[in-house]
Amino acid sequence: MGRTLAEKVWDAHVVRRGADGEPDLLYIDLHLIHEVTSPQAFEGLRMAGRRVRRTDLTIATEDHNVPTADIDRPIADPVSRLQVDTLRRNCEEFGVRLHRLGDVDQGIVHVVGPQLGLTQPGMTVVCGDSHTSTHGAFGALALGIGTSEVEHVLATQTLPLKPFRTMAVTVNGTLPEGTTAKDVVLAVIARLGTGGGQGHVLEYRGEAIRALSMEARMTICNMSIEAGARAGMIAPDGTTFAYLAGLPHAPTGADWDAAVESWAALASDPDAVFDAEVVLDGNELEPFVTWGTNPGQGLPLSGTVPAPEEFTDPSAVAAARRALEYMDLVPGTPLREIAVDTVFIGSCTNGRIEDLRAAAGVLEGRTKAEGVRVLVVPGSAKVRLQAEKEGLDEVFLRFGAEWRQAGCSMCLGMNPDQLSAGERSASTSNRNFEGRQGAGGRTHLVSPLVAAATAVRGTLCSPADLAQLPAGR
Amino acid sequence: MEKFISHTGVGVPLRRSNVDTDQIIPAVHLKRVTRTGFEDGLFAAWRTRQDFVLNADAYRTGSVLVAGPDFGTGSSREHAVWALKDYGFRVVLSSRFADIFRGNSGKQGLLTGVVDQADVERLWKALEDAPGTEMTVDLVDRTVTCAGLRVPFEVDDYTRWRLMEGLDDIGLTLQHVDAIGEYEQRRPGRLPTTLPVPVS
Repeated sequence: MGRTLAEKVWDAHVVRRGADGEPDLLYIDLHLIHEVTSPQAFEGLRMAGRRVRRTDLTIATEDHNVPTADIDRPIADPVSRLQVDTLRRNCEEFGVRLHRLGDVDQGIVHVVGPQLGLTQPGMTVVCGDSHTSTHGAFGALALGIGTSEVEHVLATQTLPLKPFRTMAVTVNGTLPEGTTAKDVVLAVIARLGTGGGQGHVLEYRGEAIRALSMEARMTICNMSIEAGARAGMIAPDGTTFAYLAGLPHAPTGADWDAAVESWAALASDPDAVFDAEVVLDGNELEPFVTWGTNPGQGLPLSGTVPAPEEFTDPSAVAAARRALEYMDLVPGTPLREIAVDTVFIGSCTNGRIEDLRAAAGVLEGRTKAEGVRVLVVPGSAKVRLQAEKEGLDEVFLRFGAEWRQAGCSMCLGMNPDQLSAGERSASTSNRNFEGRQGAGGRTHLVSPLVAAATAVRGTLCSPADLAQLPAGR
Repeated sequence: MEKFISHTGVGVPLRRSNVDTDQIIPAVHLKRVTRTGFEDGLFAAWRTRQDFVLNADAYRTGSVLVAGPDFGTGSSREHAVWALKDYGFRVVLSSRFADIFRGNSGKQGLLTGVVDQADVERLWKALEDAPGTEMTVDLVDRTVTCAGLRVPFEVDDYTRWRLMEGLDDIGLTLQHVDAIGEYEQRRPGRLPTTLPVPVS
């Protein structure tokens, strides 16, 4: 019987098969590290007198709680500063490559790995961050792990892993104009629910997926975890190879040819059997936004806030009721009438150059809605430099947005970029959990196009809705 | 790691589904660099509300949490497990757990038992009818007993064995260090390395 992409990558990394329900021991090709989930792992190594087995397969960056303004000054929050200083000391002591704040290769760990060419098809990639699934866009098996596992990988370069199930997520057809990767993945999560992918590695396939750029594919794989999945993957193809060619860590010469040959063989075999499959019609999709407090509580932008009674499952009814109370929304309200205070464009989901281009394309020549705060945070220092080369920073600043340094920023509100209680955002990030962007803050997850259009009109909307506004608005 | 055979303690009914790790411990509470001291962050947003279950005297000393489905979704932060343990919880029961949270729990000696939702409802009722009721969670025969109820829970054999033996994962893996070395010999040389840093 044929094997799926995920099974091929798994099989190629088995160091030792587990017997009697014991997990397989898998080799890890790339370990990404940041300041929040690593200090206790290094502490554990030190206490046990262990070292990092493969510093040459390990790389660290500062992203989760770093400020995105005044980065040339000491970090104001003493606790954040302690965490960043601890990472610097640990990397120094154990010999791990670190890209510090202010370094050209600093940025969100899931933006930095791919742009350096360190993420390649067929690899196993781990990081103490659930959005590690991002790297699956290259056909890598990329898993978010906890701090104990970070310590385990540092010490052994392996992880004992329980077997997974496979799920094909097929998106047929062609996405309509204005419908993006973010809308696709929000629709997938709404279909599966936050637990529907549990125990599974999702493989996104179909015509609509094949047509996506690498950056759009990263947006899709990034949010696999929001459906509860262990990972998300897309088979590598010509788009993948073209993206990788010439990146700093991509193979060259004869190595490149050998690599492409092996990458091309990774696609799931035609007779491979998935444990589950869901199919979406890409032609029917439209911009998607969330109304509730988990990423599965989403609807097409043309919809209205649902009533809890519309759900059948009792726990979904209760969750909807609590979500509406927290979000301060009334059933029946058209989603397009929801007014926001803040628009956040950034994060490992939508903080890449194509996202910034898409947003700038909408904002160019338009005026910001009164009273709305707009925060644009590039995913990495390189993305920021590229945007400035293209003049996108000028577009954002003219529009009245704030143009920041790279980091996770308002996606998780660990640094000063936060919502205050009761504030409402349209956010290109990945989680709308209660308090995620600041205690009491209310988050609507959207695509960069919807975020930008919302910044113009002040209420949730897509660029197509702006045609009705007077010129210059 | 401390061995887990059986535990008896006050049960806490948490009538919520989709308890994500941002609710278990909000990001602002993640900034410590040690493994202990996270108890103040546990359910920090909910604990500001008078009517939250842990604010009731009878449940304050709880050590067995009985929660709705999809517990531990979202962020991979192991701090969620540390916060539960630092507060005093030894066991979480739910009809469904997020994968990363469950994996993290097993490594820290926090038992996550899967219980049918119908049994969760019965346990909730028993704990609410008599707040402060103790539950006994027995890992040997995988059962929970509480107020005359006796319900089974699921935990996989491997995790159960490690919890009962109190085994450290890294120590177990290092028994196979030769196999790791052999695997490294077979890895294709064209795979990327982070060092040395390329000169750009």
